[in-house]
Amino acid sequence: MVNTADVRPKTKQMSNLVYKYMRPEHLPHIWCPGCGNGIIMRDVAQAIENLGLSRNNTIIVSGIGCSSRAAGYLDFNTIHTTHGRAIAFATGIKLANPTLEVIVIAGDGDISAIGGNHLIHAARRNIGITVVVMNNNIYGMTGGQYSPTTPKGAFGTTAPYGNIDRSFDIAGLAYGAGASFAARGSAYHVQQTINIIQEGIRHKGFSLIDVASVCPTYYGRKNKKGSAVDMLTWQKENMIPVEKAEKMTRQELKGKLVLGIINQTQYKEFTFAYEEMIRRLFEEREKDE
Amino acid sequence: MVSNKRLVINTAWCKGCGICAAFCPKGALEIVDEKSRRKEGTDCILCGMCELRCPDYAIYIEESEEEAGDQWVRSY
Repeated sequence: MVNTADVRPKTKQMSNLVYKYMRPEHLPHIWCPGCGNGIIMRDVAQAIENLGLSRNNTIIVSGIGCSSRAAGYLDFNTIHTTHGRAIAFATGIKLANPTLEVIVIAGDGDISAIGGNHLIHAARRNIGITVVVMNNNIYGMTGGQYSPTTPKGAFGTTAPYGNIDRSFDIAGLAYGAGASFAARGSAYHVQQTINIIQEGIRHKGFSLIDVASVCPTYYGRKNKKGSAVDMLTWQKENMIPVEKAEKMTRQELKGKLVLGIINQTQYKEFTFAYEEMIRRLFEEREKDE
Repeated sequence: MVSNKRLVINTAWCKGCGICAAFCPKGALEIVDEKSRRKEGTDCILCGMCELRCPDYAIYIEESEEEAGDQWVRSY
Protein backbone atom coordinates (compact mmCIF):
# COMPACT_ATOMS: atom_id res chain seq x y z
CA MET A 1 0.00 0.00 0.00
CA VAL A 2 1.32 3.44 -0.92
CA ASN A 3 1.86 5.58 2.13
CA THR A 4 0.16 8.79 1.10
CA ALA A 5 2.12 10.75 3.71
CA ASP A 6 5.18 10.46 1.45
CA VAL A 7 3.62 12.09 -1.58
CA ARG A 8 2.06 14.98 0.32
CA PRO A 9 3.18 18.57 -0.05
CA LYS A 10 5.98 19.38 2.37
CA THR A 11 4.82 22.90 3.16
CA LYS A 12 1.74 22.55 5.28
CA GLN A 13 -0.82 25.32 4.84
CA MET A 14 -3.74 23.67 6.57
CA SER A 15 -4.82 22.53 10.01
CA ASN A 16 -3.44 19.28 11.41
CA LEU A 17 -6.83 17.60 11.07
CA VAL A 18 -7.12 18.42 7.37
CA TYR A 19 -3.50 17.42 6.76
CA LYS A 20 -3.95 14.11 8.55
CA TYR A 21 -7.30 12.93 7.17
CA MET A 22 -7.73 14.61 3.79
CA ARG A 23 -5.93 14.58 0.47
CA PRO A 24 -4.39 18.06 0.24
CA GLU A 25 -3.51 17.58 -3.41
CA HIS A 26 -7.27 17.58 -4.15
CA LEU A 27 -8.03 20.66 -2.04
CA PRO A 28 -9.53 23.25 -2.19
CA HIS A 29 -12.67 21.27 -2.97
CA ILE A 30 -15.07 22.16 -5.77
CA TRP A 31 -18.11 22.77 -3.56
CA CYS A 32 -19.68 26.22 -3.89
CA PRO A 33 -18.85 29.07 -1.49
CA GLY A 34 -20.78 28.48 1.73
CA CYS A 35 -21.75 24.88 0.94
CA GLY A 36 -22.51 22.97 4.14
CA ASN A 37 -20.90 19.78 2.83
CA GLY A 38 -17.42 21.05 3.68
CA ILE A 39 -18.43 21.59 7.30
CA ILE A 40 -19.99 18.12 7.55
CA MET A 41 -16.96 16.43 5.96
CA ARG A 42 -14.78 18.06 8.62
CA ASP A 43 -17.22 16.81 11.30
CA VAL A 44 -16.74 13.24 10.04
CA ALA A 45 -12.93 13.63 10.11
CA GLN A 46 -13.08 15.12 13.61
CA ALA A 47 -15.33 12.29 14.87
CA ILE A 48 -12.88 9.72 13.48
CA GLU A 49 -9.96 11.60 15.10
CA ASN A 50 -11.78 11.72 18.47
CA LEU A 51 -12.49 7.98 18.32
CA GLY A 52 -8.89 7.25 17.32
CA LEU A 53 -9.84 4.94 14.45
CA SER A 54 -6.99 3.67 12.31
CA ARG A 55 -6.84 5.04 8.75
CA ASN A 56 -6.28 1.56 7.35
CA ASN A 57 -9.30 0.10 9.13
CA THR A 58 -11.77 2.74 8.06
CA ILE A 59 -13.61 2.67 4.74
CA ILE A 60 -15.49 5.63 3.32
CA VAL A 61 -18.11 4.66 0.74
CA SER A 62 -20.04 7.21 -1.30
CA GLY A 63 -22.50 7.26 -4.16
CA ILE A 64 -23.06 10.03 -6.68
CA GLY A 65 -23.75 13.70 -6.09
CA CYS A 66 -22.18 16.77 -4.54
CA SER A 67 -21.87 15.11 -1.13
CA SER A 68 -20.35 11.96 -2.58
CA ARG A 69 -17.23 13.83 -3.63
CA ALA A 70 -16.22 13.48 0.02
CA ALA A 71 -14.79 10.04 -0.75
CA GLY A 72 -12.29 11.73 -3.05
CA TYR A 73 -11.21 14.27 -0.45
CA LEU A 74 -11.02 12.05 2.63
CA ASP A 75 -7.80 10.05 2.85
CA PHE A 76 -8.92 6.60 3.96
CA ASN A 77 -9.62 3.48 1.97
CA THR A 78 -12.36 5.03 -0.10
CA ILE A 79 -14.72 3.87 -2.80
CA HIS A 80 -16.84 6.11 -4.99
CA THR A 81 -19.69 3.90 -6.20
CA THR A 82 -22.66 4.09 -8.55
CA HIS A 83 -25.71 6.25 -7.96
CA GLY A 84 -27.72 5.21 -4.91
CA ARG A 85 -25.78 2.01 -4.33
CA ALA A 86 -23.37 3.18 -1.65
CA ILE A 87 -25.12 1.11 1.03
CA ALA A 88 -25.11 -1.98 -1.18
CA PHE A 89 -21.33 -1.69 -1.67
CA ALA A 90 -20.86 -0.96 2.04
CA THR A 91 -22.87 -4.08 2.96
CA GLY A 92 -20.53 -6.18 0.82
CA ILE A 93 -17.43 -4.65 2.38
CA LYS A 94 -18.74 -5.11 5.92
CA LEU A 95 -19.73 -8.74 5.30
CA ALA A 96 -16.36 -9.56 3.72
CA ASN A 97 -14.51 -8.17 6.72
CA PRO A 98 -16.67 -7.34 9.75
CA THR A 99 -13.71 -5.85 11.65
CA LEU A 100 -13.68 -2.83 9.31
CA GLU A 101 -15.35 0.43 10.23
CA VAL A 102 -17.54 1.26 7.22
CA ILE A 103 -18.86 4.81 6.88
CA VAL A 104 -21.21 5.79 4.05
CA ILE A 105 -21.40 9.44 3.02
CA ALA A 106 -24.34 10.18 0.75
CA GLY A 107 -26.71 12.91 -0.26
CA ASP A 108 -30.44 13.06 0.36
CA GLY A 109 -31.41 12.17 -3.21
CA ASP A 110 -28.79 9.44 -3.43
CA ILE A 111 -29.90 7.74 -0.23
CA SER A 112 -33.68 8.29 -0.19
CA ALA A 113 -34.67 8.30 -3.87
CA ILE A 114 -32.27 6.32 -6.03
CA GLY A 115 -31.04 4.19 -3.12
CA GLY A 116 -34.21 4.26 -1.04
CA ASN A 117 -34.69 0.53 -1.10
CA HIS A 118 -31.10 -0.15 -0.04
CA LEU A 119 -31.57 2.23 2.87
CA ILE A 120 -34.71 0.67 4.31
CA HIS A 121 -33.45 -2.89 3.95
CA ALA A 122 -30.03 -2.14 5.44
CA ALA A 123 -31.89 -0.52 8.33
CA ARG A 124 -34.15 -3.56 8.72
CA ARG A 125 -31.16 -5.89 8.53
CA ASN A 126 -29.28 -3.86 11.16
CA ILE A 127 -25.88 -4.27 9.54
CA GLY A 128 -23.13 -2.41 11.40
CA ILE A 129 -22.41 0.48 9.05
CA THR A 130 -22.70 4.21 9.69
CA VAL A 131 -24.53 6.38 7.17
CA VAL A 132 -23.96 10.14 7.21
CA VAL A 133 -26.49 11.91 4.98
CA MET A 134 -25.59 15.39 3.78
CA ASN A 135 -29.15 16.63 3.38
CA ASN A 136 -29.35 19.81 1.30
CA ASN A 137 -33.02 19.41 0.25
CA ILE A 138 -32.26 19.47 -3.48
CA TYR A 139 -30.26 17.80 -6.28
CA GLY A 140 -27.39 20.29 -6.32
CA MET A 141 -24.93 18.77 -8.77
CA THR A 142 -27.39 18.32 -11.63
CA GLY A 143 -28.84 21.81 -11.41
CA GLY A 144 -31.43 22.10 -8.65
CA GLN A 145 -34.14 19.55 -9.39
CA TYR A 146 -36.46 18.82 -6.45
CA SER A 147 -35.51 15.82 -4.34
CA PRO A 148 -37.54 13.68 -1.91
CA THR A 149 -36.53 16.00 0.92
CA THR A 150 -37.56 19.26 -0.80
CA PRO A 151 -40.30 20.69 1.44
CA LYS A 152 -43.85 20.99 0.14
CA GLY A 153 -44.30 24.27 -1.72
CA ALA A 154 -40.57 24.89 -2.16
CA PHE A 155 -39.17 25.68 -5.59
CA GLY A 156 -36.70 23.81 -7.77
CA THR A 157 -35.72 23.84 -11.44
CA THR A 158 -38.24 21.05 -12.05
CA ALA A 159 -40.78 22.60 -9.65
CA PRO A 160 -41.12 26.16 -10.97
CA TYR A 161 -44.59 26.56 -9.37
CA GLY A 162 -43.70 24.86 -6.10
CA ASN A 163 -43.24 21.26 -5.08
CA ILE A 164 -46.52 19.33 -4.71
CA ASP A 165 -45.16 16.32 -2.82
CA ARG A 166 -44.62 16.14 0.90
CA SER A 167 -41.01 15.66 1.94
CA PHE A 168 -39.25 12.71 3.49
CA ASP A 169 -37.90 12.88 7.01
CA ILE A 170 -34.86 10.63 6.44
CA ALA A 171 -34.08 10.06 10.12
CA GLY A 172 -37.74 9.17 10.72
CA LEU A 173 -37.77 6.91 7.66
CA ALA A 174 -34.73 4.99 8.93
CA TYR A 175 -36.28 4.71 12.39
CA GLY A 176 -39.49 3.39 10.89
CA ALA A 177 -37.56 0.85 8.82
CA GLY A 178 -35.92 -0.46 11.98
CA ALA A 179 -32.57 1.35 12.20
CA SER A 180 -31.18 0.87 15.69
CA PHE A 181 -29.64 4.36 15.64
CA ALA A 182 -31.32 7.33 13.96
CA ALA A 183 -30.23 10.89 14.61
CA ARG A 184 -30.16 14.36 13.14
CA GLY A 185 -27.36 16.90 13.11
CA SER A 186 -26.82 20.12 11.23
CA ALA A 187 -24.10 22.09 9.52
CA TYR A 188 -24.55 24.88 12.07
CA HIS A 189 -24.46 22.74 15.25
CA VAL A 190 -20.92 21.50 14.73
CA GLN A 191 -20.05 20.21 18.20
CA GLN A 192 -23.34 18.33 18.61
CA THR A 193 -23.02 16.81 15.14
CA ILE A 194 -19.47 15.60 15.83
CA ASN A 195 -20.71 13.95 19.05
CA ILE A 196 -23.66 12.35 17.26
CA ILE A 197 -21.43 10.99 14.46
CA GLN A 198 -19.09 9.61 17.13
CA GLU A 199 -22.01 7.89 18.87
CA GLY A 200 -23.19 6.57 15.52
CA ILE A 201 -19.81 5.05 14.66
CA ARG A 202 -19.49 3.55 18.14
CA HIS A 203 -23.01 2.07 17.95
CA LYS A 204 -23.12 -1.65 17.11
CA GLY A 205 -25.70 -1.90 14.34
CA PHE A 206 -27.07 0.26 11.57
CA SER A 207 -26.74 3.94 12.36
CA LEU A 208 -28.05 6.80 10.27
CA ILE A 209 -27.23 10.45 10.88
CA ASP A 210 -29.29 12.87 8.80
CA VAL A 211 -27.24 16.07 8.77
CA ALA A 212 -29.03 19.20 7.55
CA SER A 213 -26.68 20.86 5.08
CA VAL A 214 -27.13 24.13 3.20
CA CYS A 215 -27.18 24.68 -0.56
CA PRO A 216 -27.05 28.45 -1.09
CA THR A 217 -26.48 28.10 -4.84
CA TYR A 218 -29.60 26.15 -5.81
CA TYR A 219 -31.96 25.69 -2.89
CA GLY A 220 -31.13 29.07 -1.37
CA ARG A 221 -31.41 31.01 -4.60
CA LYS A 222 -34.58 29.30 -5.89
CA ASN A 223 -36.37 29.76 -2.56
CA LYS A 224 -35.01 33.20 -1.68
CA LYS A 225 -33.44 31.87 1.50
CA GLY A 226 -30.51 34.25 1.20
CA SER A 227 -26.83 33.49 1.61
CA ALA A 228 -25.15 30.57 3.37
CA VAL A 229 -24.99 32.72 6.50
CA ASP A 230 -28.77 33.29 6.41
CA MET A 231 -29.43 29.59 5.91
CA LEU A 232 -27.15 28.63 8.82
CA THR A 233 -28.87 31.26 10.96
CA TRP A 234 -32.19 29.59 10.10
CA GLN A 235 -30.76 26.31 11.40
CA LYS A 236 -29.56 28.05 14.56
CA GLU A 237 -33.03 29.45 15.25
CA ASN A 238 -35.24 26.58 14.08
CA MET A 239 -33.54 23.41 15.22
CA ILE A 240 -34.75 22.12 18.56
CA PRO A 241 -32.89 19.63 20.78
CA VAL A 242 -34.69 16.32 21.05
CA GLU A 243 -35.14 16.64 24.85
CA LYS A 244 -36.97 19.94 24.42
CA ALA A 245 -38.98 18.72 21.42
CA GLU A 246 -40.46 15.86 23.48
CA LYS A 247 -42.31 18.40 25.62
CA MET A 248 -43.68 20.31 22.62
CA THR A 249 -46.91 19.71 20.71
CA ARG A 250 -47.07 18.77 17.06
CA GLN A 251 -48.40 22.25 16.27
CA GLU A 252 -45.44 23.94 17.97
CA LEU A 253 -42.98 21.71 16.09
CA LYS A 254 -44.38 22.67 12.68
CA GLY A 255 -41.62 24.01 10.45
CA LYS A 256 -38.92 23.08 12.97
CA LEU A 257 -36.30 20.36 12.87
CA VAL A 258 -35.44 18.09 15.78
CA LEU A 259 -31.74 17.88 16.60
CA GLY A 260 -30.13 14.95 18.40
CA ILE A 261 -30.43 11.20 18.75
CA ILE A 262 -34.01 10.33 17.84
CA ASN A 263 -33.78 6.62 18.55
CA GLN A 264 -31.12 4.29 19.89
CA THR A 265 -31.83 0.65 20.64
CA GLN A 266 -29.78 -2.52 20.67
CA TYR A 267 -30.61 -5.37 18.31
CA LYS A 268 -28.35 -8.18 17.19
CA GLU A 269 -25.98 -6.88 14.54
CA PHE A 270 -26.20 -8.67 11.16
CA THR A 271 -22.56 -9.74 10.62
CA PHE A 272 -22.45 -10.99 14.22
CA ALA A 273 -25.63 -13.04 13.71
CA TYR A 274 -24.29 -14.33 10.38
CA GLU A 275 -21.04 -15.56 11.92
CA GLU A 276 -22.96 -17.05 14.82
CA MET A 277 -25.03 -19.08 12.37
CA ILE A 278 -21.92 -20.31 10.51
CA ARG A 279 -20.37 -21.39 13.83
CA ARG A 280 -23.55 -23.19 14.86
CA LEU A 281 -23.78 -25.07 11.56
CA PHE A 282 -20.11 -26.14 11.79
CA GLU A 283 -20.66 -27.40 15.32
CA GLU A 284 -23.73 -29.37 14.25
CA ARG A 285 -21.82 -30.95 11.39
CA GLU A 286 -18.97 -31.95 13.70
CA LYS A 287 -21.47 -33.55 16.05
CA ASP A 288 -22.99 -35.60 13.22
CA GLU A 289 -19.59 -36.90 12.09
CA MET B 1 -0.01 38.60 23.69
CA VAL B 2 2.21 35.69 24.66
CA SER B 3 0.83 32.55 23.16
CA ASN B 4 1.97 29.67 21.06
CA LYS B 5 -1.33 29.69 19.18
CA ARG B 6 -2.08 31.77 16.17
CA LEU B 7 -4.88 32.36 13.71
CA VAL B 8 -4.05 31.41 10.14
CA ILE B 9 -6.06 32.48 7.10
CA ASN B 10 -5.28 30.71 3.85
CA THR B 11 -6.63 33.21 1.32
CA ALA B 12 -5.87 30.83 -1.55
CA TRP B 13 -8.58 28.49 -0.24
CA CYS B 14 -11.00 31.14 1.06
CA LYS B 15 -14.10 31.52 -1.12
CA GLY B 16 -15.46 34.47 0.82
CA CYS B 17 -18.75 32.91 1.94
CA GLY B 18 -18.68 34.98 5.15
CA ILE B 19 -19.59 32.18 7.58
CA CYS B 20 -16.50 32.79 9.77
CA ALA B 21 -17.22 36.50 10.06
CA ALA B 22 -20.95 35.99 10.77
CA PHE B 23 -20.50 33.44 13.57
CA CYS B 24 -17.32 34.82 15.18
CA PRO B 25 -18.37 35.47 18.82
CA LYS B 26 -16.08 38.53 19.00
CA GLY B 27 -16.84 39.94 15.55
CA ALA B 28 -13.12 39.84 14.86
CA LEU B 29 -13.29 38.89 11.19
CA GLU B 30 -14.47 40.69 8.08
CA ILE B 31 -14.75 39.92 4.38
CA VAL B 32 -12.84 42.26 2.08
CA ASP B 33 -12.60 41.56 -1.66
CA GLU B 34 -14.22 38.13 -1.17
CA LYS B 35 -11.54 37.05 1.32
CA SER B 36 -11.67 36.74 5.08
CA ARG B 37 -9.35 38.88 7.16
CA ARG B 38 -8.83 40.16 10.71
CA LYS B 39 -10.80 43.28 11.56
CA GLU B 40 -8.74 46.13 12.96
CA GLY B 41 -9.34 47.06 16.60
CA THR B 42 -11.11 43.85 17.63
CA ASP B 43 -10.07 41.02 19.92
CA CYS B 44 -9.56 37.49 18.65
CA ILE B 45 -9.70 35.04 21.56
CA LEU B 46 -8.50 32.08 19.43
CA CYS B 47 -11.66 30.12 20.28
CA GLY B 48 -11.64 28.28 16.94
CA MET B 49 -15.33 28.70 16.07
CA CYS B 50 -14.29 29.90 12.61
CA GLU B 51 -12.23 26.75 12.08
CA LEU B 52 -15.20 24.53 13.03
CA ARG B 53 -17.55 26.17 10.52
CA CYS B 54 -15.24 27.05 7.64
CA PRO B 55 -16.47 24.89 4.73
CA ASP B 56 -13.17 25.38 2.89
CA TYR B 57 -10.68 24.75 5.74
CA ALA B 58 -9.14 28.14 4.94
CA ILE B 59 -9.07 29.48 8.52
CA TYR B 60 -7.69 27.66 11.54
CA ILE B 61 -5.84 27.93 14.81
CA GLU B 62 -2.26 26.77 14.59
CA GLU B 63 -0.28 25.72 17.62
CA SER B 64 3.47 25.88 17.30
CA GLU B 65 6.52 25.26 19.48
CA GLU B 66 7.82 28.82 19.28
CA GLU B 67 5.91 31.76 20.65
CA ALA B 68 3.70 33.44 18.11
CA GLY B 69 4.45 36.91 19.49
CA ASP B 70 3.36 39.73 17.22
CA GLN B 71 3.10 37.38 14.29
CA TRP B 72 0.01 35.74 15.65
CA VAL B 73 -2.04 36.28 12.51
CA ARG B 74 -0.58 34.82 9.38
CA SER B 75 -2.18 34.74 5.98
CA TYR B 76 -0.97 33.57 2.63
